[in-house]
Amino acid sequence: MKILVCISHVPDTTSKINFNADQTAFDTTGVQYVINPNDEFGLTRALWFKEKQGATIHVVNVGGPETEPTLRKALAIGADEAIRINQPATDGYSVAQALARVVEEGQYDLVIAGRESIDYNGGMVPGMVAKICGYAFVNTCISIEIDGTSVTAVREIDGGKENLKTTLPLVLGGQKGLVEESDLRIPNMRGIMQARTKPLHVKQTENNNAMSQTLRYEKPAPKQAVTLVENAEQLIDLLHNEAKVI
Amino acid sequence: MPILVYAESDQGIFKKSTQELISFARAIADQMNTEVVAAVTQDPSNANLGQFGAHKVLNLEQPSLSEFNAELVAEALTQAARATGASTVIVSSSANSRYMAPLLAVALEAGYVPNVVGLPQSYTPLTVAHNVFTNKATAFTSLQSSISILGLSKNAYGVHHYDTSAEITKQEVTLNPSSVEVISLDKASNKVMIADAEVVVSAGRGLKGPENWGMIEELAEVMGAATACSKPVSDLGWRPHSEHVGQTGKPVASNLYIAIGISGAIQHLAGINSSKVKVVINTDPEAPFFKAADYGIVGDAFEVVPDLIQKLKEFKAQNA
Ligand SMILES: Cc1cc2nc3c(=O)[nH]c(=O)nc-3n(C[C@H](O)[C@H](O)[C@H](O)COP(=O)(O)OP(=O)(O)OC[C@H]3O[C@@H](n4cnc5c(N)ncnc54)[C@H](O)[C@@H]3O)c2cc1C
Ligand SMILES: Nc1ncnc2c1ncn2[C@@H]1O[C@H](COP(=O)(O)O)[C@@H](O)[C@H]1O
Repeated sequence: MKILVCISHVPDTTSKINFNADQTAFDTTGVQYVINPNDEFGLTRALWFKEKQGATIHVVNVGGPETEPTLRKALAIGADEAIRINQPATDGYSVAQALARVVEEGQYDLVIAGRESIDYNGGMVPGMVAKICGYAFVNTCISIEIDGTSVTAVREIDGGKENLKTTLPLVLGGQKGLVEESDLRIPNMRGIMQARTKPLHVKQTENNNAMSQTLRYEKPAPKQAVTLVENAEQLIDLLHNEAKVI
Repeated sequence: MPILVYAESDQGIFKKSTQELISFARAIADQMNTEVVAAVTQDPSNANLGQFGAHKVLNLEQPSLSEFNAELVAEALTQAARATGASTVIVSSSANSRYMAPLLAVALEAGYVPNVVGLPQSYTPLTVAHNVFTNKATAFTSLQSSISILGLSKNAYGVHHYDTSAEITKQEVTLNPSSVEVISLDKASNKVMIADAEVVVSAGRGLKGPENWGMIEELAEVMGAATACSKPVSDLGWRPHSEHVGQTGKPVASNLYIAIGISGAIQHLAGINSSKVKVVINTDPEAPFFKAADYGIVGDAFEVVPDLIQKLKEFKAQNA
């Protein structure tokens, strides 16, 4: 089985979000980057497939050279090869087009992406890749088993779960549940050494069409100070008469 | 060119978000001098969608659409958009809509912006404000495609009332079998869902152990609220993962969010700060949640919560 894991390179969850002076771009000063948390669950599930059922794992990112340490980390955890599509990630559509070309060239059986990236939160790339490639698609996937080309999967829905049946080739929008938090792996020395010599292919793209363009960003207005109350009665009174939410 | 709304239903009932979506679409349609067409996949005859602003209802109902399937809904909406010549499609932020919309976007070669938080900033080109960085910032994005799909954040616009009478037309759509088949559904039918809830009662590690959630559930029941929790609580197995809210869990955009024994870590706040009113109950006055909350009680959950339940019952009895 050939698995492609799509890796989004995102600011660490503790990052303060700031923008440049004219508010047109994210300010990366002092920001630590990590593998998007949803992608890390998917990558770990891919490693289990490799260990238990046999699979090769490629990881891919659409972005500039600055994302390579993130791809190397994925290699250190156990992916076999990495691909970087040298193109700025302008919008979800153009990223999906670039990824779809990799999927088609590599004839992957399973493409694992995250339910959403924690930076631009589009939650759109996996579904778009599936549709462009004509692959089946399961989003918010919390469990997957594969037998030959038959797939059973569980999808989280609002207020419950859905048990699904489908077949490879398939794209997943994954999240926690594919594996648990405690199953995530920290790269060890041997993995880090091996990652240095594993292939990291850089590919140029043909033109992809962005459908949207972000013009500027704004941070939320500073919040008013909290109103402290002494007891339940006062709280109910304020929620009813002032906030009007009960 | 009309505005098409995906008027979602769940187990035979139109979702409350559908009302908000239609009102939002109506405001855009009034600006663009066009009409709102609500596309439905269930019998619309008993739902007066005109009262929220729809001019027309397009009934796509057929057996293969009776249960949600992202591929089939996307295909049906693609055909509906082509048939009506829609320039804009409005969808919600539900798990189902977020599953379906990217498929629709590719089929229509449409630009898609989710997490939209208000009416467009401009109409030519269509430019919208939407949440990014899990609500730590807002982006202003312009669409360059001839068809646009907007995903509206829950509670971002509100329901408005109109006295339009929406005419219902049947639209035949041709659907092939889907590559994904639903075998079964596990859904608690009596529980309020985080995604739809107006009030969310959430608790954290301050509750000490899963055996103490009885009072949280009771408080939620009294308030008609959904229950939620912080990430460590679900990682420890005290509560199901589906209750984990925050940057890496579910987003919350309720009217009221009550955080009990939750410190207010940046990752937690990122996921819940779209909620309109936030209340914190915590023993530690230095807990970061107090900086993010509107109302707070510095106190022990084991004393405050039972008292709150009691007083809410009295309040409800008086205001019933
Ligand atoms: C990559 C990453 C992603 C993350 N994503 C998320 C996320 O999506 N959501 C999330 O929630 N967290 C997330 N976290 C974890 C986050 O950093 C915090 O660790 C977590 O939110 C803390 O949970 P808590 O507030 O329940 O526990 P604690 O931080 O332990 O806080 C417990 C609070 O309870 C109070 N307390 C104690 N006893 C009482 C009492 N009797 N009555 C009232 N109050 C009491 C304490 O004063 C304290 O403030 C993430 C972390 C990382 C590294
Ligand atoms: N630039 C990118 N390179 C590789 N994969 C990406 C990129 N952007 C998004 N993805 C994948 O698509 C998922 C959803 O991203 P998004 O649609 O941006 O929320 C992520 O979790 C990744 O798996």
